[in-house]
Amino acid sequence: MANLVQELLEGSRRALARLLTYVENDNAQEELAQLYAHTGKAWVVGVTGAPGSGKSSLVNALAKAYRALNQEVAIIAVDPTSPFSGGAILGDRIRMRDLSGDTGIFIRSMATRGNLGGLATHTRDFVRVMDAAGFDIIIVETVGAGQSEVDIVRTAHTTVVVEAPGMGDDIQAIKAGILEIADVLVVNKSDRPGASQTLRALRTMLELGHPASKEQLIAHHGQVMRMQVNIAPSGQLPLWLPPVVQTVATDSKGIDELIEAIAAHRQHLQENDKSGIIESRAIELELYERLRETLFAAWQARTDTTQLQTLIERVRRRQLDPQSAVAQLLTSNGQS
Amino acid sequence: MRAPRVLIAKPGLDGHDRGAKVIARALRDAGMEVIYTGLRQTPEMIAEAALQEDVDVVGLSILSGAHLTLVPRIREVMDAAELADVPIIVGGIIPEEDKDALMQAGVAGVFGPGTSTEEIRDFIHALVAARTSNG
Repeated sequence: MANLVQELLEGSRRALARLLTYVENDNAQEELAQLYAHTGKAWVVGVTGAPGSGKSSLVNALAKAYRALNQEVAIIAVDPTSPFSGGAILGDRIRMRDLSGDTGIFIRSMATRGNLGGLATHTRDFVRVMDAAGFDIIIVETVGAGQSEVDIVRTAHTTVVVEAPGMGDDIQAIKAGILEIADVLVVNKSDRPGASQTLRALRTMLELGHPASKEQLIAHHGQVMRMQVNIAPSGQLPLWLPPVVQTVATDSKGIDELIEAIAAHRQHLQENDKSGIIESRAIELELYERLRETLFAAWQARTDTTQLQTLIERVRRRQLDPQSAVAQLLTSNGQS
Repeated sequence: MRAPRVLIAKPGLDGHDRGAKVIARALRDAGMEVIYTGLRQTPEMIAEAALQEDVDVVGLSILSGAHLTLVPRIREVMDAAELADVPIIVGGIIPEEDKDALMQAGVAGVFGPGTSTEEIRDFIHALVAARTSNG
């Protein structure tokens, strides 16, 4: 497998595809470690929004436009895994058929495999592998998202939230959730009736309250522990007001404006976040997350299942409360 | 065992994709990850998707009668793309007398009308198991 890293860095698409499979199956820790030094060059654009809002068509149009600007584009398209069978139908390629036959484009479909939050567990690692493979732009399309699938904000540099006309009144627009994470808002299918109302509702939302800064968003949405240890340097970044762009993705209308909006956001971050506050914050949270998983796995490996069963039974009989059971599980083994 | 990844594609010009969708759904319910690419796929598009998605099996649905031209061509393009180790299975309206020709063109399995989805599922599981054990 060591050769895969070399082949990937030399541009082999087959090696890239293979490596992604190993990553997805949790079997590429060494390769990821070797590739990490080659990452950090690509700009990552997240595209999220409700099912049917036109995310795949927008990604298709966006990728074509970036190719016209001579940028190499990788696409990660995430679709949900069935909670019942563990299987998935990954159908985002259907809307991306215009992109075939271009070696400057690489599309990979990904099933969530039970992960909530709109992405798969290994989406972030996929981004890194593609980044190391030399793509200029990496577009991550989330599952059809509603009000809590906001993980994308920690994975993407620029998050594009796609809305379509007729998807709810203006109260929807001021609820917490997906609209808050937008760096760029898109009203897609803007040739349909109701587009102007949707546009107005979004603009009103933006006027009612200024969205949080990207740094605050990452800290808030990525909260993985009750107790937040703020090690990363914190500072005040100037606020960014998300522009609202109208598109008709299937006719490539408004796509140039969308590309300009993404570029403006990129420039805003590059000018105002020279010390990498946002990335430090995201790395901090990623480390907590990995730490939590690693500690749990280590605990599990040295835990006696019969003791666990006994405790479950005692909790069920109301002889012990759940939190005290956890305390026992932690003290009775492995003070290693 | 990890979920097998299967590409379901419809090459050629006919627009009937109900069979392909039924199979895609059945394989999903059998715990597989199905990459569904839709209608009118050229051999090049199929090979490209198979490579990028690193699939274990490619399933083709053909109802137009053009299988004897399309399938060998797809096998050829896939071989040229270093995908010689990825098996192809074919479903659709395939006359009994054409089966041998397809098998000779390097197809791993042919499933005509009346095949149960369980049969296809088991065949794919066996193909994937054989592939994994060969390294």
